[in-house]
Amino acid sequence: MKLKKLVGLSSALALSAMSLVAQEAKPVELKQQFEQLLLLQKQQAEQIESLKKQLEAIKGQPVTPGGKVTPPDVKIQDLERRVSELTNNWASKPWLVEQKWKPGDPIGLGRSGASYLNMSLIGLFTTGTSTANDIGALQPGGHDPNQRGFTVQNIETVFEGMVDPYFRGQANLIYGMDASGESLFELEEVYLETLSLPGNLQLKAGQFFTEFGRLNPSHPHSWSFVDQPLINNRMFGADGMRNPGARLSWLLPTPFYSEFFMTIQNSHGPNAYSFRGAGHAHGDEAEEGALVSTFRHPDNDRGVKTITDMLFTPRLVTSFELTDSQTVLMGVSAAFGPNNSGEENFASKTVTQIVGADFTWKWKPTNHTKGFPFVTWKTEAMLRKNQVGAFDWSSEEDEDDNGKFDAGVLVDTMNNGTKFAAVMAAETLTDYGAYTEFLYGFRPGWVAGIRYDWVGGKRGAYEKRGLLKADNETDNQSLTEEAGPDHSRGDRWRLSPNITWYPSEFSKIRLQYNYDDRKHIGHDHSIWLQFEFLLGSHGAHKF
Amino acid sequence: MKNLFSLLAALGLLTGVAHAKLNVVATLPDFASLAEDIGGDKVKVISLTKGTEDPHFVDAKPSFIRVLNQADVLLEGGAELELGWLPPLVQNARNPRILPNAPGHIVLAHGLKLLEIPTQLDRSQGDVHAAGNPHFNLGPANFKPMAEIIAATFARLDPANAAYYAANLKRFSERLTDKLIEWEKLAAPLRGVKVITYHKSFEYLAATYGFNIVGQIEPKPGIEPTATHINALIPNAKAAGVKLVMMEPNRARKTPQFVADSIGAKLVICPILVGGSPEAKNCCDLIDCNLRALVKALQN
Repeated sequence: MKLKKLVGLSSALALSAMSLVAQEAKPVELKQQFEQLLLLQKQQAEQIESLKKQLEAIKGQPVTPGGKVTPPDVKIQDLERRVSELTNNWASKPWLVEQKWKPGDPIGLGRSGASYLNMSLIGLFTTGTSTANDIGALQPGGHDPNQRGFTVQNIETVFEGMVDPYFRGQANLIYGMDASGESLFELEEVYLETLSLPGNLQLKAGQFFTEFGRLNPSHPHSWSFVDQPLINNRMFGADGMRNPGARLSWLLPTPFYSEFFMTIQNSHGPNAYSFRGAGHAHGDEAEEGALVSTFRHPDNDRGVKTITDMLFTPRLVTSFELTDSQTVLMGVSAAFGPNNSGEENFASKTVTQIVGADFTWKWKPTNHTKGFPFVTWKTEAMLRKNQVGAFDWSSEEDEDDNGKFDAGVLVDTMNNGTKFAAVMAAETLTDYGAYTEFLYGFRPGWVAGIRYDWVGGKRGAYEKRGLLKADNETDNQSLTEEAGPDHSRGDRWRLSPNITWYPSEFSKIRLQYNYDDRKHIGHDHSIWLQFEFLLGSHGAHKF
Repeated sequence: MKNLFSLLAALGLLTGVAHAKLNVVATLPDFASLAEDIGGDKVKVISLTKGTEDPHFVDAKPSFIRVLNQADVLLEGGAELELGWLPPLVQNARNPRILPNAPGHIVLAHGLKLLEIPTQLDRSQGDVHAAGNPHFNLGPANFKPMAEIIAATFARLDPANAAYYAANLKRFSERLTDKLIEWEKLAAPLRGVKVITYHKSFEYLAATYGFNIVGQIEPKPGIEPTATHINALIPNAKAAGVKLVMMEPNRARKTPQFVADSIGAKLVICPILVGGSPEAKNCCDLIDCNLRALVKALQN
């Protein structure tokens, strides 16, 4: 009974000490009271220990000579109850936890989701070599390795947090370095996202990656390969499709997950590559600007006159579990918008349409450790119909070394004076491609992967004119079989096995081999070693 | 027009019926088990994590967005346990009831005294969690405060059934008290026993029942074992007189088995979540089955 009193007294003391702390905050008193608390804690611990010792002493006795265990004594139970109550009491008094400043508040460097601003810095580098002499065209992605030796692929700073009760904000600012060593800055993504619109809607607005397929909206650091799939480069250019705009998404009231996204963005600028955006890119492949100009002058500056001058991207995605360990995600996307090939004085506006389908399957057993083992199979396919307008070279004032224009006739001085009709007819160009990749996480931290890339296109009438022949300095084989194919749209495939080691969630080392086969150019071997680190808060991974 | 109104009324009624039960989503089966104990037939409980999974590395499956969209209550452990997968799901769920700090979003760690709160954060020390060790679901002393938080939440969101939840909480607390006594007796032989664990999953169990964790198979939290570390661990453990090596069921057994054999200790597989083994059907069974396994290994 003495004990009971003691416990009661000590708790009362503790409580009164706490209320004192709350009232007065003089440092000396605080310190004294804290010491008192610690003392109390110590006393209580000693009490528990002594109680437990008593218990053990009692428990040591109960075996009777007959070998039978005596029924538990009421007294023992009482004692035990008090022991557990004491331990219980301790844990349920959160005020006993020291309230210290933690590096997590209010600017988060160590975690995410609970502070004003979470910050992180990601560094992504590669080193390696290739048999190709035109690495810029071989590795057309803006964050691909761009030369023999070392490449700074992507230095990404991320700022993320809750803006207010209505919005979440995020900014991904990218630093890079081109092959010549010149530093680059990219406003990759800066957007806000609503938190609780009614009707299961969500609005995103700002500058952001277009919701098309699986890879386009993701950042290079989350990719499973050193480089961007070829089809993404063909369709969306070196840096992916992203532009200022807004996206509304609706969580459909289906029993399984399905979501519909509608994105409206500006259709001009280098990041609307298939639309009004040709002319700029990191690699040679895109720099030729042949995609939409196709020997027509690009018309990037006509501005926005009607809503059809904007870029529209609808996407529907659905996901469900086949079993506890297998998840499937399927999506269809499309992008519609004007392109820059049709000159205003030449009839109607020309448009580009891209459609895509994607499929992801993941197996991860329910007894995984650290997320391993797993197998992921991901495939994306895309098709583009690209209208190019009619164009009359004889209307051009400009003359350069490549040819001169005479009353409806173009003379190619670089090519034995071959003559062509100066008017190029309107046509629709078709390009397509796909990639499929397998990833196998075979033991904690280790992932083996293989990706197959394939891109191609139907030859356009403009290619058959032979105009491209003179431009192809990179050719290393004869062009006798076909006149002047446009290499930026030519057939190509690539096989990329790789292996990645994640020493922790905050770093990775990846070795990748690429076998490239480009029609009319030849095949090449490349080997790249990628390394990455992450400082600061680690954002969660999406599926 | 009249028809439209009656249709709307019917719809309203339907949704009313649908909301009659509180939709509870728990990140771990342990929290789901407590929610079922308190909520009884007035709640519908779903756990996002399976008991056999590694709770740090759950996939953010899109289907979870659907589940969270319907939730009235989200029970999260907190202490960074679900950090790698939960935040984007909550943000995309379009459900103001469970947004961070909303009345329906409960972070259980906030009401508990966590162990191993680091005095400094340094990632060179491995996966150290700023708020402390997040495996508090293995601490029997935490069950009561967790149940209290859950009961208070249910009562606040569903005041009509407040008395029901209070009665369930009382019943649970009584059963728990009996269990605590039972475990205290059961675990008596474990007091002072030296053990090694794979990951820092068992600190709360050790703190409650007085066995001493003297080392880990992992060199640092979340870092895979290395030969150097194991070679140093074995003689130290031998010198300390380690009797048991505890590990989670989902990890590779080769290294811990080797360590156990080298020091003459027993390897004990201990589930760390409800559902981690067939016997661990709820929070109390989980403690039961772990203590029994440990005592059995010690006696053999």
